[in-house]
Amino acid sequence: MSQPALRVDSLGKRFQLGPTESYGTLRESLARLGKAPWKRVAQTKRQDDNPTIWALENVSFEVDHGEVLGVIGHNGAGKSTLLKILSRITEPTRGSIEVRGRVGSLLEVGTGFHPELTGRENIHLNGAILGMRRSEIRRKFDEIVAFAEIEKFLDTPVKRFSSGMYMRLAFAVAAHLDPEILLVDEVLAVGDLAFQNKCLKKMKDVSGTGRTVILVSHNMGAIHRLCPRCLLLDHGTVAMDGPTEDVVRAYIAHGIEDVGIVTQESNSDKPIHLRRAYTAKRDGDHQRDFRFDEGLSVVVEFEVNQTIDGCAVWAGIRTVEQVWVLGSTDTDSDASRLGARAPGYYRTQLDLPASWLNAGMYEVVVGINRNAPPTSYDRVDIGTFNILDVDTPARLRTGQSRPGILQPFLDWRQGRVTADEPSPKDHVGRHS
Amino acid sequence: MTAQERDDLTDFPVTLIRPTSGFVSLKLGELWEYRELLFFLTWRDIKVRYKQTALGAAWAILQPLLTMIVFTIFFGRLAKIPSDNVPYPIFAYTALLPWQLFAYSLSQAGNSMVASQQLIKKIYFPRLVIPISAVLGGLVDFCLAFVLLIGMMVYYQIAPTQGILLLPFFILLALATALAVGLWLSALSVKYRDVRYTLPFLTQFWLFITPIAYPSSLVSEKWRILYGLNPMAGVVEGFRWALLGKSGSVGPMILASTLAVTVLLIGGLFYFKSMERTFADVV
Repeated sequence: MSQPALRVDSLGKRFQLGPTESYGTLRESLARLGKAPWKRVAQTKRQDDNPTIWALENVSFEVDHGEVLGVIGHNGAGKSTLLKILSRITEPTRGSIEVRGRVGSLLEVGTGFHPELTGRENIHLNGAILGMRRSEIRRKFDEIVAFAEIEKFLDTPVKRFSSGMYMRLAFAVAAHLDPEILLVDEVLAVGDLAFQNKCLKKMKDVSGTGRTVILVSHNMGAIHRLCPRCLLLDHGTVAMDGPTEDVVRAYIAHGIEDVGIVTQESNSDKPIHLRRAYTAKRDGDHQRDFRFDEGLSVVVEFEVNQTIDGCAVWAGIRTVEQVWVLGSTDTDSDASRLGARAPGYYRTQLDLPASWLNAGMYEVVVGINRNAPPTSYDRVDIGTFNILDVDTPARLRTGQSRPGILQPFLDWRQGRVTADEPSPKDHVGRHS
Repeated sequence: MTAQERDDLTDFPVTLIRPTSGFVSLKLGELWEYRELLFFLTWRDIKVRYKQTALGAAWAILQPLLTMIVFTIFFGRLAKIPSDNVPYPIFAYTALLPWQLFAYSLSQAGNSMVASQQLIKKIYFPRLVIPISAVLGGLVDFCLAFVLLIGMMVYYQIAPTQGILLLPFFILLALATALAVGLWLSALSVKYRDVRYTLPFLTQFWLFITPIAYPSSLVSEKWRILYGLNPMAGVVEGFRWALLGKSGSVGPMILASTLAVTVLLIGGLFYFKSMERTFADVV
């Protein structure tokens, strides 16, 4: 048996919380030193007493050459820390990793891009930053430009690029990196869907040619499509390691997580004020990962300090590509709420249909507005939620995922007709 | 294991990632591997600077030129500071050249780590590339300003001595000084953001203790070696000696400067390297 491309052995990474890790000022350190120089040794020793957090603990796994491994887990589970250690950006506290082959990492699209430089210049610069040789960049230059579809803007500073063009160019450079081992972090969340698919295809090509890929993503569709095997991280440890289908199911089953709630202090300066907001299950319990066929709700708690009229509590949902899916206000279903609201603490819940939003990651923004005079009392991003890519119509029928923001089960009414007999409606349709 | 498999394995460089402890290695070989990145980062700094400024390359000449004029009027004419029998304007300008190179490179290098934090957090490369490329960026300005010096030498009819062959050494010495101090400051700045405020003061202070407006011959002979511990004193006097054929021995002073830079630079390299492993976590 040949050696694995990556062998991670009881890896651990500890971060220190508290004052020693925050930005100090020189004055503080000097003052400390001046007051009690003899304490210095003792102090460095005492650092161990500071609160610490193990971002990764006892993580071990192996990846064979040519294997594509997905890594999933909640925010803060240690996925990004793992990639940062693998790409040598930060050092582990414990354990070791044996890497066989050149490592390329793609933790962010467009790292080192400079807005003042032209597309052409940025290709060279970014290529060098990602670890390409100059000759390699020259050889692939035309291919990169064609992939990004920016031929006409090659000599325009990228600060004048649209965000789509910028992303396309950035990804194009990165996609043409060919190390033996490629580390990718959540970069597919950017760009329009067509381009996302192009990137997925390119990455599939890459993995098809025997390259080892480790992919961190919230996009279960991408994980399903690219990775036969998957690693589930939970609070810094490997909770599960196995076939993607099984791991994703386990992830969904134990999905509840206690972040993604926005809470604000009481503020008597404002007549009306948002106190708490979060995504939830139908019964109002906070949740961030939803099955496709599960109803999703947005809960907003607000406080009215003095009687006020003309106000609306609103919620908006958009994709992570910043395309708005919908906006809704609590006055939509009951216009009387536009009238006076009496002081008190209120809780309102917006219910969104089940089996409706396509699988993927979405953002929620909530707020409170007043029509006249137009005033915004609050506007808060409450973070993201996920619709998991399981049991969607597409996955049930074909095992694939399907593009689009919505994916409801829709009716197709159909009957047998003879070919030369136009339906009554057909006649109308042709001339309209 | 078949022979074929063994061959496949040897194709892949093996890297071991583990916590470092104990003695810090400089890994200069790795720095050499990343020389293309060094080139591109330097190239970016230069390109961006000239793109964003209205006067572009003219700045490189205007700065030392205007400073020279002010120095000539106030120090040369009014204060009548001696200039070792060389016309005061060229006396000052010859010193301002390496000074500007040093001051610019130092300020760029000192701020470089914080300015590049986005890069540091997202990609691996030997971090030394950042301050080094920042220092090298000052060379273009220097070359442009040097053209004016040649013009002035023709005007004042001063022929360079054979000492000019040593000029590259003095340029290197100026860059090494900027890098040495820059390494200390940039590594400190990752943890202590005070550095940003310290730099302008430090540069100004340093300007006064360097023989730019005045000759080092004002300092008595026996103190001159001590004075040479300011590396920029050695660089400036070295420039004057190489270009203007200034009399008097500058050897001991330059030796002291070289020694001081060497110590400062090696210390800076090791300090920077020892801090390197935590940069991405702290910045």
